[in-house]
Amino acid sequence: MLAYIIRRVFQSVLVLLIVGLVAFSMFAFVGDPVDNMLGQERTQADIERLRQQLGLDRPFIVQYWRFLEQAAQGNFGLSYRQGRPVAEILMERLPATLELAFVSGLLALFGGIALGIFTAIRRRGAAANVIMTLSLIGVSLPTFLIGILLIYVFSVELGWLPSFGRGEVTDLGGWTTGFLTASGLKALILPAITLGLYQMTLIMRLVRTEMLEVLRMDYIRFARARGIREKSVNFRHALKNTLVPVITITGLQLGSIIAFAIITETVFQWPGVGLLFINAIQFVDIPVMAAYLMMISVMFVGINLIVDMLYFAIDPRLRVDRTAGGH
Amino acid sequence: MTATPVLSVRNLVVEIPTRHGVLRPVDAVSYDIHAGEILGVVGESGAGKSMTGNAVIGLLDPPARIVSGQILLSGQPVHTLRGDALRRLRGKRMGMIFQDPLTSLNPLLTVGDQLTETILEHLDVSPSEARKRAIAALEEVGIPAARDRIDSYPHEFSGGMRQRVVIALALCAEPDLVIADEPTTALDVSVQAQIIALLKRLCRDRGVAVMLVTHDMGVIAEAADRVAVMYAGRLAELGPVREVLTDAHHPYTAGLMASTPLASQGHRRLRQIPGAMPRLGNLPPGCAFSPRCDHVQDRCRHDPSPTLDTCDGRAACWFPLRSQKDNTPEHDQEAEA
Amino acid sequence: MADTSSDIRPTRLRRAWNSDIAWSFRHAPVAMVSTLVVVVLILGAVLAPLVAPHDPFNPATLNLMNGFTPPGVANQFTGDFFVLGTDDQGRDVFSTILYGMRISLFVGFSAVLLAMVLGVTLGLLAGYAGGWTETIIMRIADVQLTFPAILVAMLIFGIAKGITPPEYRDQMAIWVLILAIGLSDWVQFARVVRGATLVEKNKEYVQAARLIGRTPFAIMLRHILPNVLNPVLVIATISLALAIIAEATLSFLGVGAPPTKPSLGTLIRIGQEFMFSGEWWILFFPAATLLALALSINLLGDWLRDALNPRLR
Repeated sequence: MLAYIIRRVFQSVLVLLIVGLVAFSMFAFVGDPVDNMLGQERTQADIERLRQQLGLDRPFIVQYWRFLEQAAQGNFGLSYRQGRPVAEILMERLPATLELAFVSGLLALFGGIALGIFTAIRRRGAAANVIMTLSLIGVSLPTFLIGILLIYVFSVELGWLPSFGRGEVTDLGGWTTGFLTASGLKALILPAITLGLYQMTLIMRLVRTEMLEVLRMDYIRFARARGIREKSVNFRHALKNTLVPVITITGLQLGSIIAFAIITETVFQWPGVGLLFINAIQFVDIPVMAAYLMMISVMFVGINLIVDMLYFAIDPRLRVDRTAGGH
Repeated sequence: MTATPVLSVRNLVVEIPTRHGVLRPVDAVSYDIHAGEILGVVGESGAGKSMTGNAVIGLLDPPARIVSGQILLSGQPVHTLRGDALRRLRGKRMGMIFQDPLTSLNPLLTVGDQLTETILEHLDVSPSEARKRAIAALEEVGIPAARDRIDSYPHEFSGGMRQRVVIALALCAEPDLVIADEPTTALDVSVQAQIIALLKRLCRDRGVAVMLVTHDMGVIAEAADRVAVMYAGRLAELGPVREVLTDAHHPYTAGLMASTPLASQGHRRLRQIPGAMPRLGNLPPGCAFSPRCDHVQDRCRHDPSPTLDTCDGRAACWFPLRSQKDNTPEHDQEAEA
Repeated sequence: MADTSSDIRPTRLRRAWNSDIAWSFRHAPVAMVSTLVVVVLILGAVLAPLVAPHDPFNPATLNLMNGFTPPGVANQFTGDFFVLGTDDQGRDVFSTILYGMRISLFVGFSAVLLAMVLGVTLGLLAGYAGGWTETIIMRIADVQLTFPAILVAMLIFGIAKGITPPEYRDQMAIWVLILAIGLSDWVQFARVVRGATLVEKNKEYVQAARLIGRTPFAIMLRHILPNVLNPVLVIATISLALAIIAEATLSFLGVGAPPTKPSLGTLIRIGQEFMFSGEWWILFFPAATLLALALSINLLGDWLRDALNPRLR
């Protein structure tokens, strides 16, 4: 088990190195950083001096190493557009995104698993069919349309909920939270539903498929043949086996919530890192793009690792170190 | 033998509606099994033997369904039961053993969990008593150090041991009838004999009625008291195992025996039955076996074969063989007379 | 070859009609309706220059007085009539949708084609060649799969935008979009094809083909490729819906099709501004079209997956 975890950590580091290479290549090849940093009145000497200062005259691999060193310390340089340190801008924006992602994730996870189980058990029921049809619409409905629809109904027509921004936030020593004020919570509702709905449909469909697969297994038939109650067959025997494969993909889904937040944040003008990223793309603000990429990679890789650990907690076959081969 | 049989199947018909028409995987099948008796049900795959077992225990996968006939458990009809009433009988009155011990046990629950769960479901005992019984059940099927192994997960047992666990599970609520669906097929040959011996011992000791479904004539010869031979959904022959094996009345049984190596028969040439069993959607008119039969007559090609009740009670054949040596055409006239 | 095919054409048609897939199609009203919707929408997009009542991108035909005409009502100043109304510039919404769909569908189809060609090629290569080739291809796939496709597409779009000189950015936007979405979506194809190739590779007939001296290329093309077509078709259909949604999303976010060549997503982005002031039709009709398109392709893909997978029937 330890060997497995070490291998996974090693793989994660490899992924981060590759992503780092992509991020660094953006710096190195997309637009000239010197051009971007010096104003119109520059001399050849200025350029040379800055090149040396930035280490751009060094070999590629040395520059890459320096970049990784700096990145590990959270130093991504200055934003081309705002002229402020990228790390500072990111930290300012991060709480908004994390709070949104957290609420959406909970919604997607619990809603998705509950509905998935329901539609699998009542496979031939009318309610399950209605939910499945709706979920297909949900998958086909782009996130931004869901957001627009919600804004139209709840902000424009009914006027119940705000259509943009975070509402009133409280500053808790560098972490701004919207959880503590009524207006902050109200502002969170629509974006959280928008962001969570799509992931919820995906998780629901996944849980349903896996559960149906498990319900076809011999040990389910055997449990039925022993006269085990339907409730126990479904929740004790089937659900646990369903969760093993579901956990990986669900973990990844939750990770992608942070990425999909880009769309939701744009629709609701939610002041998080996603909105920052989209603006960075529009204005080709390379340092911000690179930093965002690195940050989100660390999150994804972290989530993947946690998911792998969860596997061990659930599946006894993995917990034991290869007992008696047999079959 | 006047006692009510544990299981009595009467003219059972199972149908599966498909887009190409209605299939009958089980067609007018009747047999009894008495307490302490092992009935072997044998046939090629697709002959309807497993489907019969599933119908008895009420686990037919839709759209397969029982359309007519009766299933009586100790004289009481069970084919009319649905839902919870049927569920309460499963495990308690009739148990089932599946083919593959690797997949019949839930990999995420310990063996003890699965045993106590079943015991608590059917017997009115305390959890600690259920655990004691679970250990006893494991001991009875020959799991060494059952007390230590009860909290192990299925993957920690070998294939043969797992099949023993499966048998313990099927028997732990003390049913009167056990349906064993190919219980040895997935096992190593060396383990097969042990499992068969175990089944025989449990049947004798407990007086359980066993329906042993298999395609292996060797297993039948070894374990069964009586044998039912199935072909294309129908019973071809039914009788005491020694008589059927040594003196088959149905040409299909005879062909089956001629193609099976049996230790008791010493060295002889094996013969095979020409052709293959027809698919259910594509049965020939008349007797289903007629295209492959050595002794086929005109009547066989037109009239569906008789059921056991309407002919001599042994073989569902218009022209049953009298004995293996008597293969001359004359016997056909005698049979008709 | 030619005369044999004409020989067997009637029976082949008959066989196609009686095949399982056709049977299942004839018994799936959802699939039939979806096909109808998709066909009508694609025809409308392809024939836009003939079907559209106006040319929304010819400034000479625009009349600012026609701006904000509601659907189904004659304009109060000019008396002109527009089925689905007009936007702020007086452009006919129905016509802009037809032209917008052209771009959405073009980007969608091209991106899926790119992803499919790339994915199938790399998948075949990885599965057949094995060794280092396989390790490298599948590692890249794994790393890319760690990130959502839409994020990868955004990133590729951003990088490509950075590389293109500013004066060409609008012109190149469509091609950059195709590249970004196509490159973000090849992994699915590669994984399935590689898996199937690994299975087929060891079958006797492939071994036999190798023994009689067929080149690896010929073996992959003639023997392995036909066996992976079904799953590839299913993935392609579902990918098409995803690609159209991805394009709309990127364009909506302002990192896709430019306002000079608006796709459905761009139209929705424009329409959103008028939602608060009550001109709902500028937003509603493009959004409804996008939904109809994506939903019917998804339904079709769903049906196709079930129809081609006998286990689920």
